[in-house]
Amino acid sequence: MLEHLPALQVVVPLMSAPLIVLLRRPGAAWLVSTLASFAAFAIAVALALRVAATGTVSYAMGSWPPPWGIEYRVDALSAFMLVLVAGVAALVMPYARRSVAAEVPERQVYLFYAMYCLCVAGLLGMTITGDLFNVFVFLEISSLSTYVLIALGRGRRALLAAFQYLIVGTIGATFYVIGIGLLYLVTGSLNFVDVAQRLSGVGELRPVLAALAFITVGLGLKLALFPLHQWLPNAYAYAPSVVTTFLAATATKVSVYVLVRFYFLVFAPSQALEGVPVGAVLVALSAAAIVAMSLVAVFQPDLKRMFAYSSVAQIGYITLGLGVANESALTGSLAHLVNHGVTKCALFLLVGGIVLRGGDTSFASLAGLGRRMPWTSFGIVIAGLSLIGVPATAGFTSKWYLIAGAAEQGSWWIVALLVAGSLIAVAYVWRFVEVAYLAPAPAGAAVHEPPWSMRIPQAVAVALCVVLGLFTAFNVGYARRAVDLLLGGGQ
Amino acid sequence: MKNDLVLRVVAKLFMPFMLLFALYVQFHGELGPGGGFQAGVIVAAAVILYAIVFGLPAARRLVPDAIVESMMAIGVLIYAGVGVAGLLMGGAYLDYFVLDRDPVHGQERGIFWVEVGVAITVSSVMLKIFSMFASRGHDPDE
Amino acid sequence: MGHYSYFVTIFLMVAGLYVTIARGNLVKKLVGLSICQTSVYLLYLAPGKLIGATAPIVAPQYATYSNPLPHVLILTAIVVGVATLALGLALVVRIREAYGSIEEDQILAEDGRRDAAA
Repeated sequence: MLEHLPALQVVVPLMSAPLIVLLRRPGAAWLVSTLASFAAFAIAVALALRVAATGTVSYAMGSWPPPWGIEYRVDALSAFMLVLVAGVAALVMPYARRSVAAEVPERQVYLFYAMYCLCVAGLLGMTITGDLFNVFVFLEISSLSTYVLIALGRGRRALLAAFQYLIVGTIGATFYVIGIGLLYLVTGSLNFVDVAQRLSGVGELRPVLAALAFITVGLGLKLALFPLHQWLPNAYAYAPSVVTTFLAATATKVSVYVLVRFYFLVFAPSQALEGVPVGAVLVALSAAAIVAMSLVAVFQPDLKRMFAYSSVAQIGYITLGLGVANESALTGSLAHLVNHGVTKCALFLLVGGIVLRGGDTSFASLAGLGRRMPWTSFGIVIAGLSLIGVPATAGFTSKWYLIAGAAEQGSWWIVALLVAGSLIAVAYVWRFVEVAYLAPAPAGAAVHEPPWSMRIPQAVAVALCVVLGLFTAFNVGYARRAVDLLLGGGQ
Repeated sequence: MKNDLVLRVVAKLFMPFMLLFALYVQFHGELGPGGGFQAGVIVAAAVILYAIVFGLPAARRLVPDAIVESMMAIGVLIYAGVGVAGLLMGGAYLDYFVLDRDPVHGQERGIFWVEVGVAITVSSVMLKIFSMFASRGHDPDE
Repeated sequence: MGHYSYFVTIFLMVAGLYVTIARGNLVKKLVGLSICQTSVYLLYLAPGKLIGATAPIVAPQYATYSNPLPHVLILTAIVVGVATLALGLALVVRIREAYGSIEEDQILAEDGRRDAAA
């Protein structure tokens, strides 16, 4: 069974979805979903350890050898992402029992968990596959289940948010398919490694440049690259808390991962990127994202929306590192995938606790939260410190590498930008501190924390924010390995 | 529409031919245009024709809701199950070569069962989509 | 003019995108999305047919066969398109029941009114 782990990584959550549809009862649905997520996490950790010990693992689906068949390829970069996605999926599950029961109507709870398993399977499949079109298939599996998950939120605005995300997301996926169609027409292959090898021999550069443009815009829509981010604040604000947590930590990160794979392992080895200012464009857009979105976050009336805009700004940090593209900046970018994933996971888990106990996350109703929910407020402050990038938290490690990368390149305006972004983050985290600790609580408010099944995942996530800042073997260490792989051209 | 004689008779006459044609398309997928998705859609179209002419409650008596929902899940499980069968027989996931002593015949077997799974899922999904849209506004709790 | 399939592809793609962006009716947006996806099918399928080649079924008198792989890819893409359209229409039905309209500007005005009243 051990040599089939790459296939099982996707098959276990994928098969649990129809099983949940057959079982129908909410308790059984949650149990199957939890077991599937924990199994997926165990498989991801096993794969990561194997890759660290022996190098890239290649698995031929259906025993058809690549490039004729679909190949599942686990190397340092994909193992890194698998652990992140499966880890967040598993962490959120114990929390989900009470949270989903409170936010989703009971006769739809089993459908929620079925869609959740499909989303996890789709994201894991996107990460692990080594075939261009297979990425599209899993992208659409995860996107369609995401649209349903968002639409299951309370209130009618969730429906509109899901519809807007559907339109934008489908345009993004369509552009991605156009891009890989052009690559297929030019090279005749659909395997990442094979396309990279054949692309260097291609004479006609125009289709390759068109493919680069379409893939960038298509994936940019999915990863909420500024200014293609308009769907994100509504989708995160009106979805159920579990969905916001899972999406904020994983969905955009996996699209960044696919984009990184394309830039460094498919287009970079060929001559296609010579003279095309992809890095400069990414840096410009990321700079706009960091400053503009952080400023917009400061003025939001609702806590969830504030953190949603903050997510767009943090994705700007990740794409900034991609644009600068030297070793330190790339390490910072990849480490930030995990660091930001863990930070936002903690933040939205805590906000979900507030939703369970109070229902409203607007700043007007959060007055005195420090007295009503002391542990929750403390957790939000710690995770907020990680968002700012205070030393000894996870956010600091990636920002350090980004600043180092920008300094190495001599772009001091980027260093100033990164510091400015952190200062604006202080502003919006301070808004929460001010409302929670310095505003008087409404009369008669007792201490009412969420139940233990929710508090333990929250505590684990917040602890990870600090632990990953102090023991960087996973986030930075693995990121370094992945960067060696990327800059070495896939060896 | 169920009071119109021509529509009633023609719908009842057409249904068995449509179902037979769906089976033909299903099993000839490897030799000509066809396969699981196309066959599933034609099966669903047959039942939807019945539903349009005779009304949704009559179609629900013909194919109960619980069966339709279970079929969706069972089709996916059949497809994934073929993959697991490949694993258990010693090959990779979704390996058809090991499903029979002769690898070529194993390919035929694998494709046959996979297409059966696809047809079951697609027909039930199409029917479910139709009945969900058609019953909107009639069931107060949907 | 041997590239006329590409001209049709681009026309459909841009027309679909225009309808999606410029029309406020939610169902029209979905229709535009569908048209854009159809152009992608044409982009894959048209180059798959090789001039002078036959259908991809092995026969002794033929040497070249058309490429069957794009057809398989597009089958998958068609199914994805159908699922997206069904999901989009289900959302439109729910939005109509919740807001009373499927025109985007009326829905946004309704939300704006709710925000102002709150």
